[in-house]
Amino acid sequence: MSFDTVRAAIQSLTPILYLITVVMFIFGLKLLQSPRTARKGNLLSACGMLIAIVSTLLGQGILNYATVLIIMAVGSVIGVYLAYKVKMTDVPQFVAILNGFGGAVSAVVGIAEFLVYFHTGQTPGGVPKNQFLTAVAADAFIGTLTFWGSLVAFGKLQGILSEKSFLLPAKNVFNSLFLLAALVTGTFLVWTGGALDFTKGPVDVTTVAIFLGAVILSATLLGLTLAMAVGGADMPIIIALFISYAGLSASALGFTNANYGLIMAGSLVGASGLILTKSMAKAINRNFWAILLGNITPPSHQATSKDDIYAGRIKATTPEEYVGILDAAQTVVIVPGYGMAVAQAQGACRDLFNELIADGKEVYFAVHPVAGRMPGHMNVLLAEVNIPYDRLKELEESNEILESADVAIVLGANDVVNPMARDAKDTPIYGMPILNVDRAGSILVIKRSLSPGFSGIPNPLFVLDKTLMMFMDAKPALQELVKAWKDR
Amino acid sequence: MDPIVLALILFTLSVLIGFEVITKVPPILHTPLVVASHAMAAIMVISAIEVAGTSGDELAAQILGGIALLLGVINVVGGYVIADRMLANFKSGKAKTGAKGKS
Repeated sequence: MSFDTVRAAIQSLTPILYLITVVMFIFGLKLLQSPRTARKGNLLSACGMLIAIVSTLLGQGILNYATVLIIMAVGSVIGVYLAYKVKMTDVPQFVAILNGFGGAVSAVVGIAEFLVYFHTGQTPGGVPKNQFLTAVAADAFIGTLTFWGSLVAFGKLQGILSEKSFLLPAKNVFNSLFLLAALVTGTFLVWTGGALDFTKGPVDVTTVAIFLGAVILSATLLGLTLAMAVGGADMPIIIALFISYAGLSASALGFTNANYGLIMAGSLVGASGLILTKSMAKAINRNFWAILLGNITPPSHQATSKDDIYAGRIKATTPEEYVGILDAAQTVVIVPGYGMAVAQAQGACRDLFNELIADGKEVYFAVHPVAGRMPGHMNVLLAEVNIPYDRLKELEESNEILESADVAIVLGANDVVNPMARDAKDTPIYGMPILNVDRAGSILVIKRSLSPGFSGIPNPLFVLDKTLMMFMDAKPALQELVKAWKDR
Repeated sequence: MDPIVLALILFTLSVLIGFEVITKVPPILHTPLVVASHAMAAIMVISAIEVAGTSGDELAAQILGGIALLLGVINVVGGYVIADRMLANFKSGKAKTGAKGKS
């Protein structure tokens, strides 16, 4: 049997093979519903991807195998290297840059298909001209938007750009203009591109190319302003949102060349990003639709002077003193926030956890959905230092445990434990679901200073009678706690 | 059936399946979910392969396809490997008897 017969056979089976890939993706995601099976699910989905890639390689009359395979080998090596090198605390940046790559891939492939169309008058897979051009315009737009937006998110997470929300004056006007410009030029692109007549020899494509350039330019501007406007606390939202965009751009790419595998997988991911965005929005008290339209970070709040609320009512403690309270406790809930990750205190946290567990205490971690820099980030950081996942509790369960907890230790978290979210209507966090740390018997807050969280408002939790403050860096504070615990 | 109609049907059904499956993923696994779905979105590499490998004498398209292929493969491989690295860390309390944490 010659290679050509094999190729023809695989080519005719390609849609079925892509379907198998998508089914494996779906079951992979299903296995991700439990930490026990999640690793298998990821592997299953990777195998699905392998099937899609191999069937494309074999089925699609590749002319220059050597080049394609070399590029793939180089890419794989870089991918593995990066994946092993990245620190768990840096995963959000890593995801942002990968997301940017994803957007770039989609836009670049769309443009390349466009060039082929100009040259030959043939659309890939023989899709109707108008469908092809519409999909290319959509694909170039979403891909470019995702690319620039993710790049800005990467810059902010990596500390290259300022974390502060940067707002253009009349931002909404500009954003609407960019969007409108993209729609108009996109329409012209389809119109002029579809009218090209390839039957009479070479055609002049300048006008169409200019329209494509205009779509890309509008998407660039929109991506930049959208992402620049996002402040530090809202990074989890923008990450989730851009994932959705990356999925949608994959789908759009599938429409350009009638690739049903791409359409299905892309929309699956688009849905996943949307769900995450929605759950992040709820957890951080933002309007989901406003986020989709780019109004992620609300205007900053005029903070009430913290001196009024804190003056003379703060009680400080030291690790040596506090050990007595811990010793008397039976149930301890630790509330980690991004501050813990910044201080690299996960290891010290684990040591304290092990000491307390060894002494027969019940210890849980109360993880707020937006703790960390991306959805679920805190869980990954704690799992990395071998905290068993059955100790990591979600919002609702945490609040049940907190009702009867003897001690709650707040570690680098602030806004997510601020009781003002429950009743202070004039604060930006009003209505945000919080961890009810104030219900615990006794509260320890480990924090360097009384500086406010991302929301800029003071936290009345700190002045409660049962609250003690330990003004230290998280890591030395925990290390000294462990030491004092052993010496007690 | 018109291929575009088929495509739209598939798109809609996949979105619905996506909603259904992903809503049930617990927040504890959201980061691995994000990374894994990233890798899945990078299924765009198959289009990159087609463009890079079959564009014939259209050099510019080949070069763009090659760039897309490189970035896409980094995305796929990097995404799956890091998701696996993270998921390997998730252990239940029972499985971990006496295990001492690393570093």
